Amino acid sequence: MATGTTGPAGGTGTNAPGRARIQARHLRTDRWWLSPAVTVAILSAFIVYSTWRAFANDDYFAEPYVSPFYSPCLASKCDSMPMSANAPLFGDWWGMSPALLILIFPLGFRLTCYYYRKAYYRGFWASPSACAVPEPRGKYTGETRFPLIMQNIHRYFFYFAAVVAVILSWDVLIAFRDEHGAWGHMGLGTLVLLANVLLIWAYTLSCHSCRHIVGGKLKHFSEHPVRYRFWGFVSRLNGRHMELAWASLFSVALADLYVYLVASNAFDDPRFF
Amino acid sequence: MSYKADFRIWRGDVDGGELRDFKVEVNEGEVVLDIIHRLQATQAPDLAVRWNCKAGKCGSCSAEINGRPRLLCMTRMSTFAPEEVVTVTPMRTFPVIRDLVTDVSFNYAKARQVPSFTPPADLKPGEYRMQQVDVERSQEFRKCIECFLCQNTCHVIRDFEDNKAAFSGPRFLMRIAELDMHPLDVADRQKAAQEEHGLGLCNITKCCTDVCPENIHITDNALIPMKERVADRKYDPLVWLGNKIRRRGSGD
Ligand code: SF4
Ligand code: SF4
Ligand code: FES
Ligand code: FES
Repeated sequence: MATGTTGPAGGTGTNAPGRARIQARHLRTDRWWLSPAVTVAILSAFIVYSTWRAFANDDYFAEPYVSPFYSPCLASKCDSMPMSANAPLFGDWWGMSPALLILIFPLGFRLTCYYYRKAYYRGFWASPSACAVPEPRGKYTGETRFPLIMQNIHRYFFYFAAVVAVILSWDVLIAFRDEHGAWGHMGLGTLVLLANVLLIWAYTLSCHSCRHIVGGKLKHFSEHPVRYRFWGFVSRLNGRHMELAWASLFSVALADLYVYLVASNAFDDPRFF
Repeated sequence: MSYKADFRIWRGDVDGGELRDFKVEVNEGEVVLDIIHRLQATQAPDLAVRWNCKAGKCGSCSAEINGRPRLLCMTRMSTFAPEEVVTVTPMRTFPVIRDLVTDVSFNYAKARQVPSFTPPADLKPGEYRMQQVDVERSQEFRKCIECFLCQNTCHVIRDFEDNKAAFSGPRFLMRIAELDMHPLDVADRQKAAQEEHGLGLCNITKCCTDVCPENIHITDNALIPMKERVADRKYDPLVWLGNKIRRRGSGD
């Protein structure tokens, strides 16, 4: 930074030549740091929790509930989970936790999500922390170069996420059995998994790539009335994308925690019928 | 209720300047522009400020109030506590002319770089009737009053002067999106958005949307849809393959 408040601006950023010479980096007086700080705190907590659970390789199944972190199981070394949508594609040689195989997809989906991008660019990278608060760096290339140009593959993660959502829905369906496999049961766990899957669906369908695919890419809505209606529906959900991103993040962690508590016998699943 | 407010106002020009303190009367129902006018009338007759409509419609009075880009005429004094110091500076992304007035010609230069609406060459006047659903989407973007607060806030150019050449800013990327969504426009907006107007520099952190006085959902409805269209065009091998196979015209 140049010195003094009266000389001509000759620096960088908001002090680039020609601009009003103001020494303060920014003049915001509100608590602009609160929202990025909360974002960092929550995302970090989630990362710690999910890393622990993903590597734990234990307590992810309590008949008839399966944790969303471990479904579907793509390795063959899983607990026996009757009726689950497991597909041992990776066979025996995969020695680590099977969660790691499947979590790549929801992780990639959220990592490249337009909302989470905003959240972590602001929270973790201060790019920018808040509006009109300058970035702490001298150069910026946005999403024009590797690796960030890879954010453009978000739509592929959307397709995978839709498949995962179908599988998690199946998991809810089979949670309407009791521990012996007889249908017509419902416990608190069923409701927990159901609430989670509804939020996962809402989050997945509210995705900007989904909005584009169902109709946003069209130039003539009037020639595609059905897609236009889908687009309208997804657009309404999309308006809540941020809220759904957080709600489904919490719900997926809670659903896993619930299964963990039941599977580790810390808690007995209350049965309704 | 009337009270004396503490104002700090940037005074200066391209050769330098400083924040000066003023004590000035504030009355019920007033906006920041009223206070600036009172200052001109009572204490600082040569204070430069640009304004026209005082109704949030001309887009002239853009400035920064307590560090936040806003319209002077649409910021009510009731948003501040009576004891709060209100700091007013010119926009910090554009060259300053004097006091609160900046040179926004960057934006006009960028506007000129966007080719205008390009209908098919063989379309005769009156041959096409627009349906309401086809115009609706871009109607939102046409609410823009060209205040350039979004351009001013965007960190891509606010924090990095070097990017000004490569980046047209949210207002004009939105204009490109508007044209790309127009049923009759045949120009190649997608490649241009990415390669000539710097859409890839936007990291969708939404500050443009946050400050827009017309509440246009710039990021969600223009920039992100445009990024998706660019991905179709440049980064999605399957879409590329599909288009090659089907050889679809521009009919969708
Ligand atoms: S969303 Fe993009 S264009 Fe808008 S302020 Fe952020 S970086 Fe700039
Ligand atoms: S888009 Fe909004 S903020 Fe940007 S110039 Fe138009 S009215 Fe102003
Ligand atoms: S999941 Fe957030 S934009 Fe696709
Ligand atoms: S004076 Fe016209 S927008 Fe403020």
